[in-house]
Amino acid sequence: MALATRTDRRPSLPRTVWDSTVGKKTVMAVSGLIMLLYLVAHMIGNLKIFFGPGDFNHYAHWLRTLGAPVMRWEWTLWVVRVGLVAAVVAHAVSAYQLSRRDIRARPSKYVHNKPRASYATRTMRWGGIILGLFIVWHILDLTTGTVHPGGYEHLHPYQNVIDTFSTWYGNVIYITAVVALGFHVRHGFWSAAQTLGVGNATRDRALKTCANGLALLLTAGFASVPIGVMTGVVS
Amino acid sequence: MKLTLRVWRQQNSDADGAMSTYEVDGISADMSFLEMLDTLNEELIVKGEDPVAFDHDCREGICGACSLVINGDAHGPERTTTCQLHMRSFEDGDTIDVEPWRAAAFPVIKDLVVDRSAFDRIIQSGGYISAPTGSAPEAHATPVPKPDADFAFEHAECIGCGACVAACPNGSAMLFTSAKVNHLNVLPQGAPERETRVLDMVTQMDAEGFGGCTLTGECATACPKGIPLPSIAAMNKEWLRATRKARR
Ligand code: HEM
Ligand code: SF4
Ligand code: FES
Repeated sequence: MALATRTDRRPSLPRTVWDSTVGKKTVMAVSGLIMLLYLVAHMIGNLKIFFGPGDFNHYAHWLRTLGAPVMRWEWTLWVVRVGLVAAVVAHAVSAYQLSRRDIRARPSKYVHNKPRASYATRTMRWGGIILGLFIVWHILDLTTGTVHPGGYEHLHPYQNVIDTFSTWYGNVIYITAVVALGFHVRHGFWSAAQTLGVGNATRDRALKTCANGLALLLTAGFASVPIGVMTGVVS
Repeated sequence: MKLTLRVWRQQNSDADGAMSTYEVDGISADMSFLEMLDTLNEELIVKGEDPVAFDHDCREGICGACSLVINGDAHGPERTTTCQLHMRSFEDGDTIDVEPWRAAAFPVIKDLVVDRSAFDRIIQSGGYISAPTGSAPEAHATPVPKPDADFAFEHAECIGCGACVAACPNGSAMLFTSAKVNHLNVLPQGAPERETRVLDMVTQMDAEGFGGCTLTGECATACPKGIPLPSIAAMNKEWLRATRKARR
């Protein structure tokens, strides 16, 4: 019989990734980038509201016929929804577990405290929580209509959007969320590049510029809709 | 110079600690920070009090033993080690707060001395190469491209002081670990353990209870040897590569 020379088997790839801080951070980076990709598409779609109810409502209809004739009515949409929920859950669970670990790793504060040290981390944690709550509100408002102000009508998103942004709290909630999104993406995009090992000294400026540009684009693009309704450009 | 010091005093790892206030006088601007603490300790000993315990060895910035958080900055206001920090960086009449490194993985042993053996265990898990011992090999036998040699050298500068952990809001050891991994992984001599090194060192780092990296960048700002923040991204790249390549 051969001697047992290999007694230490390494854990499987998923175990290695999930059990490690570096791996969990990779899960955050990948799920974050998936959401980011979706948000860019979502933002561009939203801008169609400036071309009137015909364009906008037709776009909503088209989304449900994506992939036809292979996919039936709303099939593709559901695939995207399931993927996004998976991304949000993976991102939030990793964020929660990593944050708990980070707090435990530094149990006592310095007496001489310098607040700057945790600026990015704090913005990411609070910003992330704001975004998580917003995602729930947003779905209850414009997807299911549960908390929608006014008569929510399925497949008439143009009027639904106008109703939402005709209330002061609708504007406050959405604008706060997209500003939080800007801050989150600003640190998050650059962070994801570091986590995935793409960042280095020569690329640093380009990556930071990219992160700022993306953050600004998303915030401005998303905010233009409530601002459009408030100023009467969209009515 | 006359200074007021507020120093963390803690009898042992189980005791509760607190800041104690001391006055020191006759401090010269040319003294190092540790010489200033020596002056304080001489006075304490004469008075029959317990001197302040702090770590030090080479006092020339190369061993990584000294470790003080001075006014909230690891190694104080200049980018250097505490032993190479001079009192000219302070003003007469200043009040200076002196605290130990703070991290769950670095428990306080006494006063300003912390247990950094977690770093030793990270090194033991992979910070070595499998080279035959005996006479040194011929230097030209293994060519190393200049950029790789520079990269290895930049990371070999890490003295394992732990300032990166002390400065990090998450008590993370990613900068230290990345310095050690990058130093060896880029060299041909480190190639046989390229995958196991990074996987095992990261596993050990996590097992020691260090936090994760949130890319705050405080570590690289505090590092007396200028290990740069992108070193962490370079280690992440090695880690991701190793998860794909490692034999299971
Ligand atoms: C469920 C709501 C969310 C929570 C609780 C959350 C929380 C967090 C936290 C705590 C971090 C780590 C920050 C750090 O490194 O200090 C993070 C990173 C990140 N987030 Fe989120 N976030 C949420 C939603 C989003 C959304 C909607 C996006 C899409 C744009 C996103 C994109 C990212 C990216 C790309 C990163 C960087 C990952 C990395 O550091 O490698 N997050 N998030
Ligand atoms: S990376 Fe810098 S701060 Fe961290 S242990 Fe090495 S020399 Fe000290
Ligand atoms: S005592 Fe050796 S580096 Fe400071």
